[in-house]
Amino acid sequence: MTKVPAILAEGVCKSYGKTHALAGLDLVVEAGSVLGALGPNGAGKTTAVRILTTLLKPDSGRVEVAGLDVVTQAAAVRERIGLAGQYAAVDELLTGYENLTLFRQLSHLSRGVAKRRARDLLERFDLVEAAGRLVKTYSGGMRRRLDLAASLILAPSILFLDEPTTGLDLRGRLTMWALIQDLARSGTTIFLTTQYLEEADHLAQQIVVIDEGRVIATGTADALKAQVGGERLELTLAPGSALDVAVEALGPYRSGEVQVDTAKRHLGVPVTHGAEHLAAIVRDLDAAQITLTDLALRRPTLDDVFLTLTGHTATEAKEVAETEERQPATRRSQ
Amino acid sequence: MNNRQFAPTERLTARSRSALYWALADAVVVAKRQIRQIPRVPDELITAMLQPIIIVLLFRYLFGGAINVPGTSYINYLMAGAFVQSAVFASANTGVGVANDLKRGLIDRFRSLPMAPSAVLTGRIFADLLRNIFVILVTWAIGLLVGFQPAGTFLAWIAASALVLLVSLVFSWLSALVGLLIPSPEAVAQAGIIWLLPFIFASSAFVPVSTMPSWLRAFSEHQPVSLMMDAVRGLLLNQPASSALWQALVWCGGMLLVLIPLDMWVYGRRTAR
Ligand SMILES: Nc1ncnc2c1ncn2[C@@H]1O[C@H](COP(=O)(O)OP(=O)(O)OP(=O)(O)O)[C@@H](O)[C@H]1O
Ligand SMILES: [Mg+2]
Repeated sequence: MTKVPAILAEGVCKSYGKTHALAGLDLVVEAGSVLGALGPNGAGKTTAVRILTTLLKPDSGRVEVAGLDVVTQAAAVRERIGLAGQYAAVDELLTGYENLTLFRQLSHLSRGVAKRRARDLLERFDLVEAAGRLVKTYSGGMRRRLDLAASLILAPSILFLDEPTTGLDLRGRLTMWALIQDLARSGTTIFLTTQYLEEADHLAQQIVVIDEGRVIATGTADALKAQVGGERLELTLAPGSALDVAVEALGPYRSGEVQVDTAKRHLGVPVTHGAEHLAAIVRDLDAAQITLTDLALRRPTLDDVFLTLTGHTATEAKEVAETEERQPATRRSQ
Repeated sequence: MNNRQFAPTERLTARSRSALYWALADAVVVAKRQIRQIPRVPDELITAMLQPIIIVLLFRYLFGGAINVPGTSYINYLMAGAFVQSAVFASANTGVGVANDLKRGLIDRFRSLPMAPSAVLTGRIFADLLRNIFVILVTWAIGLLVGFQPAGTFLAWIAASALVLLVSLVFSWLSALVGLLIPSPEAVAQAGIIWLLPFIFASSAFVPVSTMPSWLRAFSEHQPVSLMMDAVRGLLLNQPASSALWQALVWCGGMLLVLIPLDMWVYGRRTAR
């Protein structure tokens, strides 16, 4: 018997007028795993989440969640999923606790278990004190946390989180990460969208990069980073230190071409395992009488991934998409 | 912070009940949500209540002296129009609420839950109906205070009030449709009312249609809001108006028959934005 994937999408298309929000999206998420969908603004992440959670009907393609068709078996799908949309969807005119009660009752959960759960969630999201206050008095981050609590109250077996940490402060973000990891450990399948490679890296075993409504790359975080070329060491030299001497000293550590900016006295060095070698690098530069004014080890960002995969950066992607709308023939291939 | 794990453990949705049970139970939950909010936005209820008070006072004292109606006092004539008009305006709130839920993404969340899809609208409209009962009582009170003297039986007055409530139900469903179709709550508040104005004013509400020019009269006499007002007036003043009554009932029934499925259909495909 083959295992039914928790989420399956094949050739999913969805257009809004002339905008092709999804143009043949393919996805498979194994039950119990965490998938991070990474993509810039307008890539189609929210559209994908809406289709997977039965809110939107795809124009074409096959979509199954928990082995059930999202169009013809929508009601059964809804019993198995939880959704926290991109924008906090909580009732302003109810208190935090009343919101959780509302969603518990509408999810047809039995009282005892769900009530305890609601209290646990409020505690975890640091909302116990605010629980009795109307949500309209909450800050943006508090709303977001309440929204996430509401989506977890069902204890869904498949959870959709659309940019769950956007708008959270550091503490909220760490809480959310811990929670996602807890849920994953206990067997919940999680589909999460994000704009940060770091977040996908931290949480997801499998990452898909979405651009212009299509999956353009898929793999583990390490695999993607390897494609991008790992880390970069960025150095700025003090006046009087020779650039060529520095390049020479860095020779044993570099994993690619060193970029030299003479005017800014700046060096960009691709490295692998940069953190391990950092101390040795500094020592070697010191021995070569090089004085640094700035030194940074930069991990690849979403922009780097995009640059490598598509030839344009994430922020450019949107503009390119719009230009291509008008001139369909000029699509760049990688 | 505790470290309890949040497992997708027990199937909590255990209780298997009929679809009808959940449609009703979920509607009650949604209605309770709505009712709980009423005292938290008091201005909405106050506006709905002020509406009949202002209309009755304004027409009774400002225009009342200039308008003659055959066979009864002006306030007696006016009340049916005031009832129907305030019910229709009060119902416009339904759409604003729906548009707000849509904008805030709440409808998205509701639609992702295993709840009965119908309950979001039926629950809200049920709550609005309860609020409109209140508006009808206020209208009664202000009318009686300024000299309204209904004729006929108490039962007929109850029937008249029930008919007004039915009218408010019809217009709530209509307003909900506007709220689902127009994305901004502010626009719904405006648009939801503006296109109703001709129906409210080009009607038998404030002056008998016999005083109107013939082209307007043709419309005013036969349009549904006028028929509803005539039916209510017949019941309040013990006048024979059986043809208006059944025509009003047919209009209400027919509109509900079209609007409810249409609302549900549109609800099933709307998402935020
Ligand atoms: N209701 C809609 N009507 C028209 N166009 C839409 C609608 N929803 C989405 N789009 C378009 O579809 C494309 C994909 O949008 P989507 O919201 O899925 O992107 P996203 O990846 O979630 O972006 P973000 O990171 O900004 O949330 C965009 O070009 C957007 O303008
Ligand atoms: Mg989005």
